[in-house]
Amino acid sequence: MVAILLLLAAVPPVAALLHEPFYLDLLRRVMIFAIAAISLNLILGYGGMVSFGHAAYLGIGAYAVGVLSHHGIDNGWLQWGIAIGASALVAAAIGSISVRTSGIYFIMITLAFTQMLYYLGVSIAKYGGDDGMRLNVRSQFSGLIDLNDPAEFYYLVFAILSLFLYLSHRLVNSRFGLVLQATRLNEARTRAIGLSPYPYRLAAFVISGAMCGLAGALLANQTSFLTPEFMNWTRSGELMFMVILGGIATTAGPLLGAAGLLLLEDVLQGWSVLPKWVHEHWQLYLGVILVLVVLYAKRGLAGLLPGNERDD
Amino acid sequence: MNLVLVAEQTLNGLQLGVMLFLLAAGLTLVFGIMNLVNLAHGALYMVGAYLAAYFYQTTGSFALGVLLGLAGTLVVGIVVELVALRTLYERDHLDQVLATFGLILFFNELIAILWGRSAIYSTLPPYLTGHVELIGSLRYPLYRLVIIGVGLAVAVLLWFVVSRTRLGMLIRAGASNRAMVAALGINIRRLYTIVFGFGAALAGLAGLLAGPIFSVQPGMGELILIQVFVVIVIGGIGSIRGAFAGALIVGMVDTLGRAFLKPALSAIISPAAGDAAGPALASMLIYLLMAAVLAFRPEGLFPSRGS
Amino acid sequence: MTDALLETRALRKAFGALIATDTVDFDVRAGETHAVIGPNGAGKTTFIKQLSGELRPDSGQVRFAGEDITNLPSQRRSREGLARSFQITSVYRDFSALDNVALAVQAHAGHSFRFWRPAREDISLTRPAMQVLEKVGLGKRTAILAANLAHGEQRQLEIAMALATQPRLLLLDEPVAGMGTDESKRMIELLATLKGEKTIVLVEHDMDAVFTLADRISVLVYGRIIATGTPVEIRANQEVRAAYLGEDL
Repeated sequence: MVAILLLLAAVPPVAALLHEPFYLDLLRRVMIFAIAAISLNLILGYGGMVSFGHAAYLGIGAYAVGVLSHHGIDNGWLQWGIAIGASALVAAAIGSISVRTSGIYFIMITLAFTQMLYYLGVSIAKYGGDDGMRLNVRSQFSGLIDLNDPAEFYYLVFAILSLFLYLSHRLVNSRFGLVLQATRLNEARTRAIGLSPYPYRLAAFVISGAMCGLAGALLANQTSFLTPEFMNWTRSGELMFMVILGGIATTAGPLLGAAGLLLLEDVLQGWSVLPKWVHEHWQLYLGVILVLVVLYAKRGLAGLLPGNERDD
Repeated sequence: MNLVLVAEQTLNGLQLGVMLFLLAAGLTLVFGIMNLVNLAHGALYMVGAYLAAYFYQTTGSFALGVLLGLAGTLVVGIVVELVALRTLYERDHLDQVLATFGLILFFNELIAILWGRSAIYSTLPPYLTGHVELIGSLRYPLYRLVIIGVGLAVAVLLWFVVSRTRLGMLIRAGASNRAMVAALGINIRRLYTIVFGFGAALAGLAGLLAGPIFSVQPGMGELILIQVFVVIVIGGIGSIRGAFAGALIVGMVDTLGRAFLKPALSAIISPAAGDAAGPALASMLIYLLMAAVLAFRPEGLFPSRGS
Repeated sequence: MTDALLETRALRKAFGALIATDTVDFDVRAGETHAVIGPNGAGKTTFIKQLSGELRPDSGQVRFAGEDITNLPSQRRSREGLARSFQITSVYRDFSALDNVALAVQAHAGHSFRFWRPAREDISLTRPAMQVLEKVGLGKRTAILAANLAHGEQRQLEIAMALATQPRLLLLDEPVAGMGTDESKRMIELLATLKGEKTIVLVEHDMDAVFTLADRISVLVYGRIIATGTPVEIRANQEVRAAYLGEDL
């Protein structure tokens, strides 16, 4: 884990040396999705809540930045604070209904609510509707950090990623984290020892949504552009796949999964070694790989790392 | 707002409702009996639409196109069940969601390879085009009436199969108590394959009926699939009756909301409010309805007993 | 009945036409070990689930320490001091034995909205958990994953989890079910050490366990309690003999 982070920290100078700024951009994207995947792993991996609507918070975070910027408010502290707060609020509303349910209901309800937000984004013409909108100015941090500088932005994302990895590690091993895992492992037993699962699950759902909201704010700055597509249900599916691919309920898993999926997509789409028909229909191969990973490689990439045990 | 418009939109809602029902009926059984989350159900809808359009073009006969499209979707459904889904029944929901998500990507691209990415427009034979004079000055497209008729006929047929035949008895027993059906020595695997094929054919039927009125393109299945989920959540998992009620409610609410919410808001509050909030609210309406139903009836309107 | 710690009044639960619990009046005195026996299908599991809160009765009342708990869910009953073990072993299989018990301690040590300090290093949780594990004979197995414990050990672990909640009453659903002779002997010895210390309701098929441990026995047949009394009285009861005809008593 530490080795991976050290490697990531070393990327900007190396990329500058090699004059390959593209990799900086790609890895920043990987890290932003890793943050989103960490937040999903919290409820999906540790809490056993199969949320098929996590892209909603990416969208809310991104729109918080975009809408405020549209109205001339470029202060990053405010934008990102509202991104986190709004995501937490929406997660509380969706969670208060969906967390009471389980199984297929939970999956369909989280999916449906996210779809609702997606259509909301599509139907508000003022903020670009279907086409989305351009972010004219990246979030401003009173001269402290300049997001227009690729390396500075990179290190900021890197710092947030590291912080979230550490936070989630603390969280899952705290009293709260153990209760959360207990509700996944055996709900009847959890009730029998006197714990009520609902408030803990809901709290985890809200924390997870808030974390993902920040990833959304980062993503809007990354692309300087946002559309309802951020909340598309396929995005939710991709986030879930990142968690599985990396290794569910592991600390490093989300980072590995995000890297795995995005690099795989990049390779399938753009690698010149591969023939053209692979590039054109890369989703076909991605689909097959996805099915195979789910069926045969449940332990994920983290299972390949030496000494990286499940975190529970 | 006049009465003719209201009647027309009501028929539109009914037409969307029966379409949703065709999709929801198969899917709710697969949920209820196999306990399988199958996201790829929408892909079968798409396959039905493409196959029917393709066969209509090559044979020149609409009826033949429909028949071959239906049969083709049935075969595709059974193959998918045998090859991919069968291994998923014992897996947890997360695996099912992701594997069938993978299947969606696969099917959408496969279709894109075969027929291209842009929408194709399947046409209607002359005898199905044109309008019918209903009461008063209401003229309604014949083909949409046909869809409503077919949908209602399938509903009656399904009701008959489920409540009056041995297969239906097994299906009902399977939806409420799987272990019991297995204990009775029924070949549960075959029952699953039959139910799945049945559901696939219904999805294909919905798709091929939809073909001539919506655009036929890769990904068309997923948009409607999520509405179908809402139908099933509202109706109650595993219940055909719930699927029917849920489908009609969702079809009506969605259609009427889109047609009348904006003018209604404009009239009651202000034109500006109608313009701003109307479309947004209309697109969110069925999801809000779902939330409201869940708040009062967490198991849906017609929960299948047992489980 | 003022000395009853747990009592039911006219408890009734039906599943369709099947009356699983038929106007049951039942009481457990503080400090006693009270066994509930009955042939298969007598409704024992349905009955105990209504005591633990997993099922709601159709009518009637469950009272615990003088309070009406009929409508409290399981987690609230646990907090009131009613602990239960399950008929089918129910532990956190992916947690170590110590984690299992420490979590039960934690459940009764205030709320768990504590997000920062590692719970596994919290002595206020692990020390009492260790003590209970020692007591049930798992003192040397604390670091083993529950899934890797032998069947008998998992059942001991369940007892430990129940004890860790410092209950006033233990509700044990077939604690020796599925055990070999040695294992069940050890379990009976363990329960004998708890007898007198805790009030125990013991639902059990194993007549050795019942007649060794119980102060009083209630016999449940077709959802009704047909007799309650000391082991000697129950052995002599004609109705009970008739109900158990064919089964050894």
